[in-house]
Amino acid sequence: MDINSNKYTYIFAVVMVVLVAALLSIAATSLKPFQDKNVELEKKSDILRSVGIEGENVEELFTQYIEEQLVIQNGAAVESEVSAFDIDMASAVALSAAERQVPLYKADVEGNTYYVLPLRGKGLWGPIWGYVALEGDGNTILGATFGHKTETPGLGAEIATAIFQDQFPGKKLFTATYEGIEVRKGDASGDQQVDGISGGTITSVGVQDMIADCLKPYKSYLMSIAAAAAAPAVELAPVVDSTLITAAL
Amino acid sequence: MSTEQKPAKEGLFSKKNRSLLIDPMNANNPITVQVLGICSALAITVKLKPAIVMGLSVLVVTTMANLITSLMRNMIPNRIRIIVQLVVVAALVILVDQVLKAFVYDVSKQLSVFVGLIITNCIIMGRIEAFSLGNTPWKSVLDGLGNGAAYGGILIIVAFFRELLGNGTLLDYPVVDMLGLYDLGYKNNGMMLLPPMALIVVALIIWVQRAKTPSLIEKD
Repeated sequence: MDINSNKYTYIFAVVMVVLVAALLSIAATSLKPFQDKNVELEKKSDILRSVGIEGENVEELFTQYIEEQLVIQNGAAVESEVSAFDIDMASAVALSAAERQVPLYKADVEGNTYYVLPLRGKGLWGPIWGYVALEGDGNTILGATFGHKTETPGLGAEIATAIFQDQFPGKKLFTATYEGIEVRKGDASGDQQVDGISGGTITSVGVQDMIADCLKPYKSYLMSIAAAAAAPAVELAPVVDSTLITAAL
Repeated sequence: MSTEQKPAKEGLFSKKNRSLLIDPMNANNPITVQVLGICSALAITVKLKPAIVMGLSVLVVTTMANLITSLMRNMIPNRIRIIVQLVVVAALVILVDQVLKAFVYDVSKQLSVFVGLIITNCIIMGRIEAFSLGNTPWKSVLDGLGNGAAYGGILIIVAFFRELLGNGTLLDYPVVDMLGLYDLGYKNNGMMLLPPMALIVVALIIWVQRAKTPSLIEKD
């Protein structure tokens, strides 16, 4: 058959497209379970890394350290059809802060309770995300990890490196003047400031906006933790007194 | 039949075939001589590791694409040949991406969007159109390997200087810090991280290459 005839051209195109489509769908379906597993493991290891735990057996460590997974809406724990781990942050942050249902992971590491908040926002080229782990007072940052889809390596993508993330521990999320963490150019010595990435200004600002935005649904929940964390100190006093009394008796 | 002069069978690595493999490294380099694939040379050479993986991925894709199109070269209708080439390259790139995602997730994350951009790499389409559609599979494979390696080589050279001078590291290993240069007042040149510096480094490579290879210098 003449390979330049119309008939042959059509047949060739159709056969080729069908073959390639079949090949790609077989490849995609058969590799999907591996890919999903990778994504799930990465999510778990990100959550663990934010509370300072790293290791080979992510699955096991996750069940060991993460003791509770809550769904938070408008500052209170709610019942939800979707389990906390399966909440899709991308669609959650598209809603207004009051409508969002977002996960909160409660970790227990050697007797200390930590709270892990997922973050999701916009970088320069695409989505960025991360996890912030808070200490028992619900305000001081224990650790933060960030990830991105398409930020430029060496520039915006630097948010995913230790150099950037190591600035977060010890900073505070809530003060009377600001809620979140300010990503600054130059001096970043303040309690709520970190130094941004040179050449990655838009991504750095994206991190700042992401933290401010994602905090909103958690605010009153974290405030109540902070209040509770402050309160036991007061409640402890009678206990101490009573032991003293018993001792005295 | 026996009286007919048969062309002598060419060895697998005859001089001609070897030159297919080696020429792209210097006299016919896709980046520095043909100035193809510049966009990705600019985008992913900030750090060495993505540059290496990108070089390898392009090597695999050019070689496979050259092989497949060369096998099909007598079946492809002339009028839709560019589309056929695109489909072959796109399918290969998607496969590479899926396999990376399933088995080397870390690397796949590092490369992120750039794997998909291999499709738009002019070197691959250029080699198919210029070479594998008119040559036998083995020659096409050599040509693909040669061009892929030449592309990867330039990427690695550019990334080496950009990561070292811009970030003070090599493969994320803090070389400059280890040498103690920071204590002497040395500072990283942040400008090396910006895209235009990739072009300037490529230009410097072209300069060196032309100085060493007089045949590349234009007469006037």
